[in-house]
Amino acid sequence: MFDTLTERLNTVFKKLKGQGKITEENVREAMRQIRLSLLEADVHYKVVKSFVATVQEKAIGVEVLSSITPGQQIVKIVHDELVELLGTRHTQLRLTGVPPYPVLLVGLQGSGKTTTIAKLAHMLKQGGKHRPYLVPADVQRPAAIDQLTALAKQIHAPCYPSKTSDNPVRIAEKAIQEATRAGCDVVLIDTAGRLQVDEPLMAELQKIKEAVNPSDILLVVDAMTGQEAVKVAEAFNERLDLGGVILTKLDGDARGGAALSIKAVIDRPIKFVGIGEKIEDFEPFHPDRMASRILGMGDVLTLVEKAQEAFDQKQVEKFEKKLKKNSFTLEDFRDQLQQIRKMGSLESIMSMIPGMQKLKGKQNLQLDEKELVKVEAIINSMTRKERLNHAIINGSRRKRIARGSGTTVQDVNNLIKRYVQAKKMMKRFSKMGKRKNFGKGSFPFPV
Amino acid sequence: MARDGGFFKRLTKGLSKSREQLNEKLETVFAGKKEIDEELLEELEEILITSDIGFETTQELIETARKQLRRKDINNPESLKQSIKNQMVSLLKPREGRLPIDDLPIAPYVIFFAGVNGVGKTTTIGKLAKNLKARDKKVILAAADTFRAAATPQLALWGEKAGVDVIAHQDGSDPSAVVYDAIQSAQHRLADFVLVDTAGRLHTKKNLMEELKKMCRVADKVMPGAPHEKLLVLDATNGQNALMQAKQFHEAIGLTGLILTKLDSTAKGGVILQIAHEFDLPIYLIGVGEGAEDLQNFDAEAFVQAMF
Repeated sequence: MFDTLTERLNTVFKKLKGQGKITEENVREAMRQIRLSLLEADVHYKVVKSFVATVQEKAIGVEVLSSITPGQQIVKIVHDELVELLGTRHTQLRLTGVPPYPVLLVGLQGSGKTTTIAKLAHMLKQGGKHRPYLVPADVQRPAAIDQLTALAKQIHAPCYPSKTSDNPVRIAEKAIQEATRAGCDVVLIDTAGRLQVDEPLMAELQKIKEAVNPSDILLVVDAMTGQEAVKVAEAFNERLDLGGVILTKLDGDARGGAALSIKAVIDRPIKFVGIGEKIEDFEPFHPDRMASRILGMGDVLTLVEKAQEAFDQKQVEKFEKKLKKNSFTLEDFRDQLQQIRKMGSLESIMSMIPGMQKLKGKQNLQLDEKELVKVEAIINSMTRKERLNHAIINGSRRKRIARGSGTTVQDVNNLIKRYVQAKKMMKRFSKMGKRKNFGKGSFPFPV
Repeated sequence: MARDGGFFKRLTKGLSKSREQLNEKLETVFAGKKEIDEELLEELEEILITSDIGFETTQELIETARKQLRRKDINNPESLKQSIKNQMVSLLKPREGRLPIDDLPIAPYVIFFAGVNGVGKTTTIGKLAKNLKARDKKVILAAADTFRAAATPQLALWGEKAGVDVIAHQDGSDPSAVVYDAIQSAQHRLADFVLVDTAGRLHTKKNLMEELKKMCRVADKVMPGAPHEKLLVLDATNGQNALMQAKQFHEAIGLTGLILTKLDSTAKGGVILQIAHEFDLPIYLIGVGEGAEDLQNFDAEAFVQAMF
């Protein structure tokens, strides 16, 4: 749905070939495209305006290098500027003063505060660095206390026994005493979701702040938030003087322009991001990745991490051995397919590869998930013997396999053909591995 | 739901915060202007985009207004405002939808509530259950969010408040089994409605979308034709991503309608215009506050009126 900025800018600059410098005139169209791209990513209208003005200033008069296209060059300027704005390095949780350090999490309803508290606590516990104490101070939402209590149990962290009849300010105060008694050094306080225009509830947050004097106050924001992000961040910051921001639900396909908007208007660091359903799916914020994401430029680093996550190390080693011995069977073929599918839908994997969007548009490169299901079904319909030695699969066996997998003999033939090809390729790879220092000219592939 | 007399008042009250702000903005923009100039159009663009209407839709709305301007159909700021409003209403009007409540085609009428995390599915179900109960309907809630910690107690508390039965299994159990049980007991108890609360899931998670499909299949198995409604719950504070949510959920399970929540915030939920433009899906309900009475029927005129 969203074209990448690079693609758009390349179209703009196509006419520009042969010119030595990017001029004011051709920058104007490029700026329009940048503006559009950022608005599509939900960056706030005003933030986009000032951002584009800055980029425009920097772009005019830049020399066009022969090696890259002007489009790419502008993208680089935009990207660098974004990284600069988002913060060049990761900012830690602020834990200062005398322990236990209270940390307050605030935000709108449904932004993910409760889940985030558990994730943050889990992260702090890693390596035995901290002893977090969890405090459910959300007495508004039904069962919010139960939720945090259950999560605390999961990560083996102590949790304050709040009741819905308690006052949140009292809960916070008493919880700090309890945490000290329990020997914990970080007190994570979960507050009820509230609208920034809800006067009584905002006043309540201020009271909690005054009562416990938090070491850090973090605003939890949904990465899918639209233009509203600016108002939310401004209001919470005005009241509470935030220490930073946590961006949640980044595992979706939201471009997350809210991150840029918030950073621009309140100038507080984004400290962490939530990237999945599991307790471990939580990490420090990477400005460079966020910049690529906002621009829709693909995210190779996340792809690599996803791959590492999906591919179990032992299996990879086993696979390597098989490659070397050239004993790659149809069964291994199926395992590989399954592992790739564990990384997510083909569509989402492809979207992380830069330039893929372009290919898809141009060459009608249709990725059919069903094709993979078919392949799996065919291999599953083979006997183990057949899977280990494809040579025995004769005509009548092919017919049986086709019937068993609900495909045609032609499909089975195709699969076997592709498997044989893959095997041949791998033979080349394994030879390449053996010949460690091959000099110039001995490149193993026909170029 | 809508006690029709008070509906408009309620909606405008719910939307009053955004209304005040937007109105203030519009009034200052339009006040003192006798002519429509580029500056005014640009300010109008800002107002529309900051309502999450999206760049393309904004351009379309303004372009149409420009054409009318050239044809002299509109000639002052007030008629420009009216033109934008009219365009919005004509986009949203065909999407007004009403759940069949007093003329159920079949009972139990099974309604699935799906959506990404934190949009307010459980709260919406709680409010709807209370409203249906108030209209003497027999309702059963299915706690099919077996994933999130304490999702079941949350729904159970709503069930208690509304005075309706809740069918639940243990945390981590198969949500399809909950659906199966809930429909079956609804059939035995001659219930009118089964409201199925599903776990929040991002539309990009393939396996979770498969799980949702399976829940639909299982529902159909117990009661052919079920679920009768597959509703997507959208958060008005979400930006352009809501469009992707609608697209993916629709592709996966074939939605039958939409619900827009959290309209009591200052967010305007403008992305619904784009969704209305791209998908022929009725908008059944909107959430404009914490109370059960704050769940309202969607009314295009009132919605647009409240925005401006």
